Amino acid sequence: MSARFESPASVAERLRAAEYLPDSSIASTVFLADQLAKPVLVEGPAGTGKTQLAKSVAEITGARLIRLQCYEGLDESKALYEWNYRKQLLRIQASQVSGDGQKWSELEGDIFAEDFLLTRPLLEAIRAEDPVVLLIDEIDRVELETEALMLEVLSEYQVSIPELGTVTAKQTPMVFLTSNNTRELSEALKRRCLFLHVGYPTIEREREIVETRVPGITTELADQVARIVGSLRELDLRKAPSVSETLDWARTLVVLGQESVTEQQASETLHVLLKYQSDIDKARHEFLVAKS
Amino acid sequence: MLDVIAAFIAELRKAGIPISMTEHVDAAKAVGVIALEERETLRETLAATLIKSQEHRPAFDLAFDIYFAPRRGKTNGDQEHSPEEQGGDGDSIEDQLLGPEGGFGQRREMSAEELMQLMEDAVRRNDTTLRTRVVNEAVTRFAGMTPGRPVGGTYYLYRVLRNLDLEGLQQRLVDEASTSRPGVQLGAIEQRLLADDVARRIRGLRLAIEAEIRRRLVEDRGAEALARSVRKPLPEDIDVMHATREEIHTLERSLVPLSRKLAVRLMRKRRHGRRGPLDFRATMRHSLSTGGVPIDPKYKNPRPSKPEIFIIADVSGSVASFARFTLHLVYALASSFSKVRSFVFVDGIDEVTHHFDEANDPAEAANRVNTEAKVVWVDGHSDYGHALSDFHARYAEDVNSRTTVMILGDARNNYHQSSAWVVADLQKRARHVLWLNPEPQTYWNSGDSIIAEYGAHCDSITEVRTLRQLEAFIAELV
Repeated sequence: MSARFESPASVAERLRAAEYLPDSSIASTVFLADQLAKPVLVEGPAGTGKTQLAKSVAEITGARLIRLQCYEGLDESKALYEWNYRKQLLRIQASQVSGDGQKWSELEGDIFAEDFLLTRPLLEAIRAEDPVVLLIDEIDRVELETEALMLEVLSEYQVSIPELGTVTAKQTPMVFLTSNNTRELSEALKRRCLFLHVGYPTIEREREIVETRVPGITTELADQVARIVGSLRELDLRKAPSVSETLDWARTLVVLGQESVTEQQASETLHVLLKYQSDIDKARHEFLVAKS
Repeated sequence: MLDVIAAFIAELRKAGIPISMTEHVDAAKAVGVIALEERETLRETLAATLIKSQEHRPAFDLAFDIYFAPRRGKTNGDQEHSPEEQGGDGDSIEDQLLGPEGGFGQRREMSAEELMQLMEDAVRRNDTTLRTRVVNEAVTRFAGMTPGRPVGGTYYLYRVLRNLDLEGLQQRLVDEASTSRPGVQLGAIEQRLLADDVARRIRGLRLAIEAEIRRRLVEDRGAEALARSVRKPLPEDIDVMHATREEIHTLERSLVPLSRKLAVRLMRKRRHGRRGPLDFRATMRHSLSTGGVPIDPKYKNPRPSKPEIFIIADVSGSVASFARFTLHLVYALASSFSKVRSFVFVDGIDEVTHHFDEANDPAEAANRVNTEAKVVWVDGHSDYGHALSDFHARYAEDVNSRTTVMILGDARNNYHQSSAWVVADLQKRARHVLWLNPEPQTYWNSGDSIIAEYGAHCDSITEVRTLRQLEAFIAELV
């Protein structure tokens, strides 16, 4: 298998071109994931671009993105594969009607063929002929037992179907798992993955993100937005503003036609950034009351 | 390289980070495919393959800085090893900066004031090259490092910082920046941003000094020896009673995700836990569709067990932070209990439930408890006897068979009367009486600790010294 990237630097460069600004840990981890053919477990607070990373990687490698959204109660038939049971029934009935005297053993082989298989995201990623990026979103939402379903896919890139045998990947897909860390993932899963923590960006990086993602923003405003958000995160808030909220705020300010953030404007639009009244009060108190 | 990685991994394991064989193999493979000259890439590579939880990252970074300490280039390497050659030293800095203002006259020795001036410039202009040099010089000058001494460097750091007066510098820079444009009154936001900006740079400077000291220590004593002296326990393993202020801060930060995880786990446990008794009515109703044959039995949803919790916490001295964590954690899980009431005492007792009900953030409430609760009766030394009998007189009526009473404390009673009869009476009234002792078990009943006297009437006494133990205890409780 040929490598997709030459070096971490080239990963960074190409992601940048796709309007995703990676830091050094993101770039190196994506590079390694490709080189070692290992899945990446991306962890971090909500709204820091974990899902976007997978999308952007798919974009720059020209791959198709296959997404498995996890939720509590997700099971094999939703994640891996399912037999198309209606079609199987029809097939059996058809053989009875036509009366071609097919033996059961033949029929059985017939109805458990690939024609009757409904592929779900994991199997689809494994069987894909074209390059794919598999995104398993919010893995921490499934139960511990369901996690085990994914282990074979993640380490061997294969799926065992009792009636069919083992389906092995034709090409190694890049796999991203995201987690909001609401529970501890199993050791077995973590062991199979590379770990990447996507935290809040530095002020410089956030400014760049704002500049790339918000059209029509002035450098001065972007800088101010990034610095204010950076300072807000240092406060002890119930929920620190995420990158996506920063972008929302920057867009709001642009729509309002602001050149720079004034106290008045900040106070009125703070609710875009902070989602708890107690946080908003705290921020107002800390920022808008001048220290004399 | 492989040897270094093996040693590095051994160190991480000693620090308590679990690293499996496969992860070791991965790291070795990964190192093979990257360019080794770039230190940051190496750091991220090893981090991605070896650690699987962000909480382990600080410990990882510390070990990485020690095992993969940057080697100095030739030019500054010289000054590094021969501090007496101050001439060369001054030269390099002068080139950078003293040139225009200091002139050539003072090549030999920089005075302390000049060093401060340089540092100020470095911070003001956020110039990292200059900062590196200043830090280097400051450490050489002030740390007074003695080769071969088996220390972690905290003392050296203290010595350097004492001489540098960073707070003063910070204040000066903030003042200077806010008056830089005369006539323009800066808005509140701008002022705040400036202050934060300067604070951030000062923090950067501090970290640079720390890193420099550590680097020199590695050169002096070797990675392994230094790693042993600076190794810190992981947040969940910190002994709360002996935690430093910095550690307490770390603990506080890890408390929030911990309580969230615990809440999710308890919720799931409750939902999937047991099946209730047979619901006869529903079964009969459903059997109608099968001609009265009850094929599909229906069950009632189980009544969730929601205990009432009474927390009685000793908040004197060293036990205080422990009590705070427990209160914080229990209140973060308040939805799992039908009622939580909390009491704190030193030698007098006071109910603090309302603090938690009013505040929407348990951490904030816990802070208020420390300042506002009336817990001192006579002298402010722990008196379990008085506090407990006071509790009994005022609140014992409210304890009933659904109540779980948790008592937090080291049972060090300063040789006062024990009033153990209160605990005995509570046990009769309540469903459980549990005692949490933040002291290691070996210290129990030594000195003025009378845990055995109370323990005789408790359903269990648990040693809870770390967040990990606390988490396990509370998970059991629900």
